[in-house]
Amino acid sequence: MNFDDTPQEAEFRAKARAWIAANAPREYEDELKKAALGRIQLKSANILEVAKAWQKKKADAGWAVPHWPKEYGGRGASPIERVIWQQEEGVFGKLGALFIIGHGMCGPTMMAFAREEHKLRYLPPLASGEHIWCQLFSEPAGGSDVAGLRTRAEKDGDDWVINGQKIWTSGAHHSDYGILITRTDPTVPKHKGLTMFFLDMKSPGVEVKPIKQANGQAEFNEVYFTDVRIPDHQRLGAVGDGWNVSLTTLMNERMAIGAGVATGFPELFDFVNNLTLEDGPAIENPAVRSKLANWAVRASGLRYTSFRSISALSKGERPGPENSIGKLVAGAMTQEVATYALDLQGASGVLNSPEDAEVAGKFQAMLLRSPATRVEGGTDEILRNIIAERVLGLPGDIRVDKDVPFNKIPTRGRA
Amino acid sequence: MNFDFSDDQKQLRDEARRFLTEKSPPKAVRAVIDGKEPYDRELWKGLADMGFLGVAIPEAYGGSGAGHLELCVIAEEMGRALAPVPFSSTVYLAAEALLLAGSEAQKQKWLPAIAQGHAVGTLALFEGAGNPSPKAIKLTASNGVLNGTKKPVADGAIADFAIVAARTASTGRDTDIALFLVDLTSEGVEAKALTSIDPSRNQAEISFKNVKAELLGAPNEGWSILSQVLDRAAVLVGFEQVGGSDRALEMGRDYALDRIAFGRQIGSFQAIKHMLADMYVSATLARSNCYYGAWALSTDAAELPEAAAAARISATQAFQHCSKNNIQVHGGMGFTWEFDCHLYYRRSNALAVGLGSLSYWEDQLIERMRKKNAA
Repeated sequence: MNFDDTPQEAEFRAKARAWIAANAPREYEDELKKAALGRIQLKSANILEVAKAWQKKKADAGWAVPHWPKEYGGRGASPIERVIWQQEEGVFGKLGALFIIGHGMCGPTMMAFAREEHKLRYLPPLASGEHIWCQLFSEPAGGSDVAGLRTRAEKDGDDWVINGQKIWTSGAHHSDYGILITRTDPTVPKHKGLTMFFLDMKSPGVEVKPIKQANGQAEFNEVYFTDVRIPDHQRLGAVGDGWNVSLTTLMNERMAIGAGVATGFPELFDFVNNLTLEDGPAIENPAVRSKLANWAVRASGLRYTSFRSISALSKGERPGPENSIGKLVAGAMTQEVATYALDLQGASGVLNSPEDAEVAGKFQAMLLRSPATRVEGGTDEILRNIIAERVLGLPGDIRVDKDVPFNKIPTRGRA
Repeated sequence: MNFDFSDDQKQLRDEARRFLTEKSPPKAVRAVIDGKEPYDRELWKGLADMGFLGVAIPEAYGGSGAGHLELCVIAEEMGRALAPVPFSSTVYLAAEALLLAGSEAQKQKWLPAIAQGHAVGTLALFEGAGNPSPKAIKLTASNGVLNGTKKPVADGAIADFAIVAARTASTGRDTDIALFLVDLTSEGVEAKALTSIDPSRNQAEISFKNVKAELLGAPNEGWSILSQVLDRAAVLVGFEQVGGSDRALEMGRDYALDRIAFGRQIGSFQAIKHMLADMYVSATLARSNCYYGAWALSTDAAELPEAAAAARISATQAFQHCSKNNIQVHGGMGFTWEFDCHLYYRRSNALAVGLGSLSYWEDQLIERMRKKNAA
């Protein structure tokens, strides 16, 4: 058991550190440090342009998505080297938020299911940030029942014609491409009639409408498809095999979200450590300490759990369903931490502008964003089911629609 | 980075699990709980023969000298099997104190006896309700003579010797406290067994009347040594708690698969599934915190005090959570004497306070994080 770099890892770290020191956009460092969950913006510049420029610079030097194979725009780094890169990139890693869906989910799905010529054509510009990708899965009626989707794809010559609607699509408003799951056969049970594609988001008939969220931001979108044509060679996996393809995406999603998910604890500890209450420093108050300690061990527990996963990955083990705990624990925790940080501010906890609020309104932003963390990429309840069923081996939920043809499933609870 | 036990250490864990499954079944735990024996002597001898008692004791003192990572994997199995023996008091507390601060003669006398299963040791720290604190120690030492009472002392009525925390002055400083090694057969020592919520591991009151004792470590460093002993024990007990958590989770899972109600396995109901998933989450976080503690303990890292407190809190929460909800999953059966659920519930709550309460360790953790932050 050790935390030491092997000589090879130490060499990788030294190279990464030197390159970052010479190339990172230091002018945005302070602003990025202050950026809160759900509010990564720059006052001094357009975040989209800065993020794309940083990603491009990394790509030119071979540091974009280091763990991807070289031919697709990576450098073939090991799982541990990937972590070393993240450690060294530090606060500049926040600029990658825009690319998480593409790099974490669309890319791996393309690698597993696209034709080789498509991989060579589409993956390098995805890696370099030239193209942004989104993942078109959720639908208004679906929610956690992802396979209940209704967007249709019908074969017409060498093309498929798409009609329907997606929702909660992160980043669709600035995406160039997307992966899309559709229903190609409504006469078979719901998991069996699905087919996956990738498409150009600029295709005629694609309409993107940002959704204003509870926290006032608009990261997510509704996406409408009206007679959108996708050539058959952009199909991922076999016709009717879309559910299996999507499982690859969803597992990668949980890895991508779970590995980097924020708990809010370091921010809370810093805040409390510098806070003075009526009767003295907040950190000396036993009730405050007890609260902090409980979150501290959850945050450290997650951190060392991820170290254990990385150690397992580096020995060639596959990422398993146990990785669901990252988002499950951290999602609920950010909400609790933010609520408590507001409580400590008393009445002024209501203030949330970066100018007036304590620590630039970080916790207020976190409070308003955290409900989404507990829902996106699988709700807390779905993640508990995954742990119960796939880690502990408990029976699956009763699914009365499992063997029913999709077009025979009732759509309303009350007439 | 390699954040896992080695293959050899995992093999040792398997070996310990096989041995304890056979030699420490619930039946053996119940024999001790029912008061037939104060502890399982045959198991104790078996543990010595397997080399488990001396795994972290150097060869020069009769141990195998394997190390603390090896002791961690054994501790986990001791917790999983609820081994009804004075393991934690002897191996984590007494032996660690000797290793940290004992004189050559003290080590030569007691460590081989521990490794061979010939001596049971303990730490006599508490004097009634309250957390570890120099101020709470009233028992006095004057010219090497002890007077006062300790309660509760883990395994105190069956121990052969104790490390006793005593007050040598009243300046109000931590340096007022010294540690003494006392042969419990000495004149003036009286030990009385007390009943406890977990009779599978004993508690006692020990009174000292003009007892001659030998110093352990420097006279002004008693509290500092004690604090290090408690940190080391926090990691090791943490592994016992992780082992217990895992077993309680397993029992709950197995029952949920076995029991049918409303025409279905109860494990198919989300209320039960989610309860078991939350048990898994707490056990996993505790295991990971304990792994970090194990690394810090085995390398004597500067991070040990903080890592130990985190391991202690996380493991205490996990074992209490898992043992409590294991009863809930079992429903009424879980509350019967006949089912083993209460054995884990008892042990979890005894371990939760045995090294000082959760609030004490919470306080320690934040104080240590604060100091690190200031440094």
